[in-house]
Amino acid sequence: MINLLNISKDYGENHAVKSIDLTIETAKTTVLIGPSGCGKSTILRIIIGLITPERGEVHIEGDTLTSDNLILLRRKMGYVIQEGGLFPNLTAQGNVSLMASYLDWDKKRIQKRIDELCDLTKFPKDALTRYPIQISGGQRQRLSLMRALMLDPDMLLLDEPLGALDPLIRSELQNDLKEIFSSLCKTVVMVTHDIGEAAFFGDKIVLIKEGSIIQEGKIYDLAKKPADPFVTTFINAQRTHLESVGDI
Amino acid sequence: MKLLNISLLILFVLIASSCNNPKDSKKEIKIGSKKFTESVIIGEIVSQLAESSGADVKYRKELGGTRVLWNALLNGDIDIYPEYTGTITQEIFSSKEINNQRELKEELLEYRIGISQPLGFNNTYALGMKRDNADKLGIKTISQLREHPELKFGFSSEFVNRGDGWPSLKGAYRLPQKNVQGLDHDLAYRGLESGHIDMIDLYSTDAEIPYYDLKILEDDLKHFEDYYAVLLYRKDLENKNPKALKTILKLEQNISEQKMVQMNASVKIDGISEKTVASNYLKETHRVNTTPVHESFLSRLYHNTLQHLFLVVISLSAAIIVSIPLGIFAYQNQKVGHLVLGVVGIIQTLPSLVLLVFMIPFFGIGTVPAIVALFLYSLLPIVRNTYSGLKDIPRDIRESGEALGLTPFAQFRLIEIPLASRSILSGIKTSAVINVGTATLGALIGAGGYGQPILSGIRLDNMALILEGAIPAAVLALLIQGLFDLSERVIVPKGLRLEEGKH
Repeated sequence: MINLLNISKDYGENHAVKSIDLTIETAKTTVLIGPSGCGKSTILRIIIGLITPERGEVHIEGDTLTSDNLILLRRKMGYVIQEGGLFPNLTAQGNVSLMASYLDWDKKRIQKRIDELCDLTKFPKDALTRYPIQISGGQRQRLSLMRALMLDPDMLLLDEPLGALDPLIRSELQNDLKEIFSSLCKTVVMVTHDIGEAAFFGDKIVLIKEGSIIQEGKIYDLAKKPADPFVTTFINAQRTHLESVGDI
Repeated sequence: MKLLNISLLILFVLIASSCNNPKDSKKEIKIGSKKFTESVIIGEIVSQLAESSGADVKYRKELGGTRVLWNALLNGDIDIYPEYTGTITQEIFSSKEINNQRELKEELLEYRIGISQPLGFNNTYALGMKRDNADKLGIKTISQLREHPELKFGFSSEFVNRGDGWPSLKGAYRLPQKNVQGLDHDLAYRGLESGHIDMIDLYSTDAEIPYYDLKILEDDLKHFEDYYAVLLYRKDLENKNPKALKTILKLEQNISEQKMVQMNASVKIDGISEKTVASNYLKETHRVNTTPVHESFLSRLYHNTLQHLFLVVISLSAAIIVSIPLGIFAYQNQKVGHLVLGVVGIIQTLPSLVLLVFMIPFFGIGTVPAIVALFLYSLLPIVRNTYSGLKDIPRDIRESGEALGLTPFAQFRLIEIPLASRSILSGIKTSAVINVGTATLGALIGAGGYGQPILSGIRLDNMALILEGAIPAAVLALLIQGLFDLSERVIVPKGLRLEEGKH
């Protein structure tokens, strides 16, 4: 479980996150959604300690996130971003095994884990020797996911993981991701601006506007019991996508 | 890492080989000369004389100008060198009032420097015209020029601007000529030959005087300062090696103007080496037999290469060792970092020659100041490229490393340095190429290397000699560049090199 208590983050005059309280439940998928610049990515980056908030606390599995335990807590979290954030100097295999090698796993154990992950993420094994520049966008995201899962973390944080992909590959990956999440029972936090994607993945959806949480709940609650006119406006703006999901 | 070991090994071998000097430096006489032919010849004569007295001689010829030699003499980098009385009073002691030989001697003594009697010739400014032209017009003295306002003068730009040059000469003699142009000395001779110019300024011992059959006009109002050649030496030479000094001082009052002109002409016009000219003079005038050893082309090339490599390898290695951490520091501490970049940037804007001369008061002359100057000169490209290589790593890649839970040091070692490696390497490559080229200037302060034949070649207008330094320097620059291109395949991760092909 991840708890955010009264978190605020300012960029000069701009209040990116305003006194947010949020509980992210274990083994569930929580989706942070909202228009660009609403602060959803900032929240994700605060959870993994890339950004230190001005005020408030982050509790991860009961531990308060501090600069002392930051590195160890990060190893319990996997982080995937839009373009993958892969290291161009390392092969696919090198990217995935970097942390494990650093932590002195033996070679057999590393290889076994990579084999498992290739099966899980449907990453072609023969592409493991390639460099990020040599593989497709979809494969890069699978690879990024493998890297995030390598140490078998309890939590998975994804920042627009499918944002840069074309629709066909995107929908294929959406299905695969959902399967992976449900089979692994991880605590997942995903950031997206796509209400359809949020509805597809989210056990809980958190709608954010200008650094504040407007409403949190299931997609049904947001659609039928909007806490604010903005919720309806936001959903209606993406209605066509939503209908294709067919949940409502 | 392996590459680092190899380069360190090369470094040690070079240091060891350079220190391999069994001669007792206390007994050695170190002779210097300026970078023009007359000074080189006198220096050669002094060297051969000293050698004939049984002393070990180290002759550093073609050191830059007056300042370099004077400082080298004060520092003890050289023991003796030929100078001119006018230069001592006008340049070295320009701020002091010195009226006669005795005062000059006393002033020098304060610096513990001795001065010989004049060697016999006065190499002062003079005006010269073609002999047949002068005879036809009946001109013998500068005063007589007043009667010929139509004459065209072609003066070196230095003479046109100098206080004791044309401006005061015109006043002193009340010369009416209006047609005066400033031009290069070599062009002036050609102008004289073709008749475009009637008169030029020259030095009274110039080699060209007999060659072009020039008449030197008598300075009947004694306008020009005397530039009698003398030897300046460290007073401690009197105790250290009295015999050699006594032998050297046999030159006093023994080289006439005519003789000096002739020797200059032998070197500059007939292409005879300074060594041979000096040896012939000693044989004829002092009955001293010396056998000048002429180094073969290959042996010269070998020595120049060794010296040049020594300068480059040491200064560049030191620059790499210092600059990379400095670049990293600048990146990690952006505010101080800008200061660091600014300071190394300013060093880079200094002309390389100025930087070399700046080093002399601190390190004397020779290899050490050259290496320090080259080192300073090599900093900027490496510091800047290290800084920008790290700074240009995209944020998402940097954060991905952090988010994985790498420690900052591991992140730096495993991600940031490999990603910046190409930029760092190209900085080193730039530094290396600049370094190889700039090192040729080291010869001006006695560091040797490929600059030595270039200096001699420029002085003697000898293209073959210039190329003897310029071609190996260019080849060395290309080789070093090639070496770095090769090492890029080892050092820069393959994934980064692929990227380049793709775009």
